[in-house]
This record gives sequence, structure tokens and C-alpha cells, in this order.
Amino acid sequence: MDPMESIKATFFQECEELLADLEAGLLAIQAGAGDEDTINAVFRAVHSVKGGAGAFGMDALVHFAHVFETLLDGVRAGRIAAAPDLLEILLRAADILADHVNAARDGGAVDEARSAEMIRDLEHATDPEHDHRAAPDLAAPDLAAAGAPGVDQPDEFGFTVTRFNPESLEPLVVTEALWKIWFRPKSALYRKGNESALLLRELARLGPTKVRLDQTELPDLASLDPESAFLAWEIELEADTDEAVIREVFEFVEGDCDIEIRRCSTSESPDATSESVITAIVEPPPSRATVNTESPASVKVETPKGEAVATPAHATIRVDPERIDRLIDLVGELVINQAMLAQRVIESGLPQSSNVATGLEDLESLTRQIQDSVMAIRAQPVKSVFQRMPRLVREVAAQTGKSVRLVTEGEATEVDKTVVERLGDPITHMIRNAIDHGLESPERRAAAGKPREGVVRLAALHRGGRIVIEVQDDGAGIDRKRVQAIAVEKGLIVADAQLTDEEVDNLIFLPGFSTANAISDISGRGVGMDVVRRSVQALGGRISITSRPGQGSTFTLSLPLTLAVLDGMVVDVAGHTLVVPLTAIVESLRPKPADVKRLGPQGAVLSVRDTYVPVVDVAAILGFRDYSKSPCDGVVILVESEDGGRAALTADSIYGQRQVVIKSLEANYRQVDGIAAATILGDGRVALIVDVDAVIAMRRRDTIRDYQQPLAAAG
Amino acid sequence: MLRLALVDAGFEVIEAVDGVHGLEVLEQHGADVIITDINMPRMDGFGFIEAVRGSSPYRSTPILVLTTESTPEKKARARDAGATGWIVKPFHPTKLVEAIRRVAA
Repeated sequence: MDPMESIKATFFQECEELLADLEAGLLAIQAGAGDEDTINAVFRAVHSVKGGAGAFGMDALVHFAHVFETLLDGVRAGRIAAAPDLLEILLRAADILADHVNAARDGGAVDEARSAEMIRDLEHATDPEHDHRAAPDLAAPDLAAAGAPGVDQPDEFGFTVTRFNPESLEPLVVTEALWKIWFRPKSALYRKGNESALLLRELARLGPTKVRLDQTELPDLASLDPESAFLAWEIELEADTDEAVIREVFEFVEGDCDIEIRRCSTSESPDATSESVITAIVEPPPSRATVNTESPASVKVETPKGEAVATPAHATIRVDPERIDRLIDLVGELVINQAMLAQRVIESGLPQSSNVATGLEDLESLTRQIQDSVMAIRAQPVKSVFQRMPRLVREVAAQTGKSVRLVTEGEATEVDKTVVERLGDPITHMIRNAIDHGLESPERRAAAGKPREGVVRLAALHRGGRIVIEVQDDGAGIDRKRVQAIAVEKGLIVADAQLTDEEVDNLIFLPGFSTANAISDISGRGVGMDVVRRSVQALGGRISITSRPGQGSTFTLSLPLTLAVLDGMVVDVAGHTLVVPLTAIVESLRPKPADVKRLGPQGAVLSVRDTYVPVVDVAAILGFRDYSKSPCDGVVILVESEDGGRAALTADSIYGQRQVVIKSLEANYRQVDGIAAATILGDGRVALIVDVDAVIAMRRRDTIRDYQQPLAAAG
Repeated sequence: MLRLALVDAGFEVIEAVDGVHGLEVLEQHGADVIITDINMPRMDGFGFIEAVRGSSPYRSTPILVLTTESTPEKKARARDAGATGWIVKPFHPTKLVEAIRRVAA
């Protein structure tokens, strides 16, 4: 294709998107979303069409777009009110603009009479004085600021501003816009290998910049933490560009920095040149567009279920969730089927380079993409759950007479819809618990030298392919003596049990445990935390607690991002096929006898690069055989548990890495300790998915039992 | 394809077949910028990034991740692992160079 033609084709493609944005934006304004962003987006759409058309010499299109744009600029600057009548005109103008684009592309003709009439309507709406027709619904235009070229107008001081640039069709573009950018990197930005200087350099490519360093946060050298970030920058950028272009520069560091991008008038610039002073007069000062709609009630539109009504360029469609669920099921079947097919191909002995094998590889890649895309459809921010919490906090605080402030973080963290839905109950319970049992009364806090107001922090973040929810309070922490006493009293542990702090803390998850002396109606009748734990486990998640006396407790909840699929290592353990989730695996290795140290009849530790990790004999723990086999006979898989601790799981051999579809074991059979779920492998066999943390915990209990009096099983 | 585009733009390219190999190559030759895929045998992209971030000489070397799908989840996971930025496939040579320029001096 002729290069010019291909660029043209791209332009028309863009036009289609721009026209769609334009219409969506206008409809949104009509529906009451008169915010600055929407109006700007509408203006930009027409402006971009005009710019492109100008480059290709499509004069009729340029002319029409220019008149259209002039009116929109008036709306944008707040000089012209976006009244219903005007929106009717704008929507019709958008249709005719589309006709012009089509005509320019296909070489057809536009209805000239209709276009000319529309141009008259647009001009009239822009400047009713022009032809002295009455326009009661339009705000009187600010004459001095009207941007239409060629019109000499008296300004408020009584002298005349002459035309600034007679040749130019668009005085707006002549002026470079001034952007003010405030940029403060967080330490995470540098940890990921990003560099502020490079971002500033990128900004400078967009136009002339003035950079000011803000080092007010910089501490003394003595107290400086070299791993932290202290500097911030204030950048003035002169460039006629979209905010999106500037945002793109910061695309990689979004979330790792605080950033504010503001467009401001050139006249604000302290050392503006004389030229820009003139242009500042000709150009209407961009001000906050205030849009008066006829019915004030519709100005603020309640957004249904947190969906943005009308951010253009983000068209949304509503789909019955059942259809998506069906799609997920089908994709799951597709993954299994594809795995089976792959297995058949291997069994048939076809060479790796055969067409079938390479075709299958493509299929696998496509399947994965389909799966990711389908999962993305279901991803939702946890915000909907977090939003319910402030009210809960107020209620519980009132009931308990405590003063509480809730801090939330990571509301935008996305997880599968089903996970979001089922997060509500456990989070509610944990927050109630944190206020009721965690925080002290204001009097006791004051006595302990703490602020009277307690803080409960609710945070969501992604970590290692899972979502982690943290509920933290700055209360008294767990009273370990009392917890242990209660556990003994209730017969949950023996009286002289030697437990670590962590083990004591986790006693509160035992069924039938309650630390509150009086059963309150807030945290339930002592069914609290064990119910939470069970509901979390049902989601394939885990819950743990850390506590520091006098400083508070943190409940950490970790859940898989999706409940449907999992990447896993397929291994053989005593003739059983098991799947170890890949997210937990650090590495796999074949231990040498010298690296293994036996501890007692069942325990062993393995030396891995000078650190010792406990050996977890999976076969023995799951009851496949006794503790007789040496880890050296097979392979060990080094895993990292939720709390960061490492362990070496033993297996006889590794089959390979596979993506597996999770099938609930509980729904089809019953809950089995140490097993998270089941799956169906490529050859049709059922394999069990190992719950790494549970297996490690079971090993710990077995070892304790070895050395001490039997303890009641901790769950 | 990627190699061609990079060589064309004047970069010296050292290739590795997967994550484990990538770590070996990095150890031997070093690098100013690392570009990695996510789906790889032996050690996937996430594991590779975490491994590079964990080893001190390269903990602040820019790492760009190649993603086919621009799904926020993939990007978020790559970022959590410590990726500096990403390149969405199919990529345009200018976009590629732009992305590298944005992370490397």
C-alpha cells in the first residue's frame, strides 16, 4: 500500500473511535455528567478530527469541524451553557461530522444544504449577536474572550483587541499550553528500577520544561535512609499536548508515586513572553467549565453500582453474570481438553517439531490468553466491600463506646468477582473483632499514653499471585497469658503445654474459643474467629495473626486471585499424583545425603546454601506411607509459606509444570487435611492439589507430638 | 523479531531461552536493560524478575516485561515482582525503543 494511503487509513480508523467518543461524551453530558473531563474529551475528539483532516487537505471536513470546535470551546470555557437545546444541536452536528468523515473516506458527497444549515446553527449558538437572532437559553457570551477569528471585539476597557493571527484558522493551536506537573516518587519506584531523571528527560521531549526540586522532605544525612525516597519535583511543561500523553510518560510508575497534572493558562507563567501575553488575551482563559443544566436534580447523577456513567472511550456493556460464569466453565474445560490433547500427542510419539506439536503450542498460548481475558472480565476492585466498612466501624464504635478511625488502603486492588463477594463476611468479622477485642477503651488508651482514638487499618494488596487483606489495629495486642489460660480451661490444650507466641496467638482460631469475658452481641458467641477461618479456607485462603503486646494485632487474610485455575507442579508422591501450587514454589532440587540432618525419629532438616529448612515428608503426613524414606531418594521442592518461612517438601519425582482447573474436593467428596482441592489431569486422572501451608503446619504438629505430650489438634 | 528491532535500534542483544538461562547469562555478561517474557519454561518471568531483584548487582537494573495481553492483572503481578515497565505485544519498534528510553539512561 502507498504509505500515505496507509496513514490515511489509520486516520479514518481513529476518526471512527473519535466520533464514537464524541457521541458518547455528548450523551453523557445530556444525561447530566457535565464534568470538565467529559467536556474536554468531546472538544478533543472534534479537535483531533480537524487536525488530521487538515493534514490530508480535506477542506470541507476541516471547515465544518472548525465551526463545531469553536462552539465546543465556548462550552468548555464556560461561556456557553450546555443547555438541552444546545446538546440537541451538538448531537446533530456530530452526525453531520460523521457524514463528512465518511464522504472524505469513500469519496461520496455530503448533503451540502444540511451541512451549511448546521454551520449556521453552530455559528449562531457560538455567537448569537452575530446575526441578531434571539437565543434566550444561551448564556450571553463573553465578548472579549470569544475565540472566533476575524471578529474584532471591544473588551471591557473600551479599546479593541485586533486579530492576533489572520492567517491562522485556529489561534488555539498557536499557543503552547502550560502544564504543571507535581511528581513525588515513592521508594517502590526506585526498587523496580525506575529512575526519576529519565522520566524528567522524557517530559522534556514533549516541550520546554522548567524543573524545580522539592527537597523539603530530605532529612539530615545522619538519619537518611538510603533506600527511601525523599525528593519531589515540580515541572512546568510548555507543550500543546493531551494529558494522556503526559500520563503515558508516567505509565510505568503509576502507583509508585504521587502525581498531579494540571493544565493552566500561559498567563500564569511568571516570565511569560510578550507573545504569550497577547495570545493570552485572544485565547479565552481556560476556566472551570460550569455547566447549567435545565433540571438541577440531574446534575449529579447517582452512578449505578459504582460504574462510571460517562467517561468517554470506556464504553461498557452489561452482561448477565451467568453468561460469564458459563464462559469460565467452558474455558476450564478447554484447558483440560487441551492438556489431554497435548498428552495424546506426546504419547503418539510425534516429533517435537511436527506441525501438530507446534500447532498445539499455539493453541496452548491462545487458550491461556482466552483464559486471562475471561478472568479479566470478572476482575473487580475490592472497593465495593471496603465501602461498606466505614458504616460498620461507626456502628461498632458506638456500641462499644470506643473512638475509632478507619484507614483503608488498596481499594483499587482487583480480584475475581466471586472472591470479592465472599470477602464481605470475613472482613466484617475481623473489623468487628479488631474494635471489640483489639482496641482498648479511650480511658485505657489514654492511661497507656496512646491517643484516645484507636486506628483500624484495612488494606488490600497483591502478593505472589494472591490477594492479601490486612486488618490491623493499634490496640493492646493479644493477652497471651489469658489466651493460654482460657485454652487450658476449655480443654483445648494441656496445662503445661510449651507454646511459642505465634502458636498462642493462633489458639484464638480454635472452635469454641472466646477471649471476651462477657459475651458481647457484637463479636458473636465465641464462634468468631474459627468461623472466619473456615469461610476463608473454603475460598482456598488462609488467615493468620501477628500481635505485639501494647502495639496491636494484625490479621492477614490471603486468598487466590481466582477460584478457577492454578499453575502447578505435578509430582509423584508414593504413587499418588499431587499438584503443588507454583506460587508457593521457590525451586526444586535433588538433595545430597550430606545435606540432610535427621532430627528425632521423624524430623529432618535440609541444608540449602547454608540455611537449614525443615523437611516435610508429604507422603508420611498425608498418610501414604510412614516416615521411613530418605529425602535423598527423590526430589525436594523448596516452598515458601504464607508467613515467609521456607520448607522442603519431599516427592518421588516431578512430572512437570501444568496449568490445572480447580475442582472443589469439599463439594465432591469432603474436606481433607493438607489438600486444598482437586483437579483433572490431561490423561483424565484426578490429582489432589496440596495445601502447602496446611501440610507444613501438620508437620509442625507431628513434630511437637513427637517430643511432648499430645496437644489437641490445632485445627 | 524483537532481536531484529533491537539490533536495528543500535542495541547489543544477548538472548536467553528461559528464566534460569537468563540468570546465567546475566551473571556472565551483565546487562543495562533486561527484557523478559512471562510464559517461559523452567522459571517463568515473575520468578525471574524476583530472582534478579533479589541478587544485589542487578537489583536496580531496569526490567521490561513482554505481555501479549495488556490485562491489568498481568501488569500488576509483574510490578509486584519488581518489573520496571512493560511492552505490550504486538509491539511497534518505535514503542519498544520509547519504552527502553523511559527506563534506561
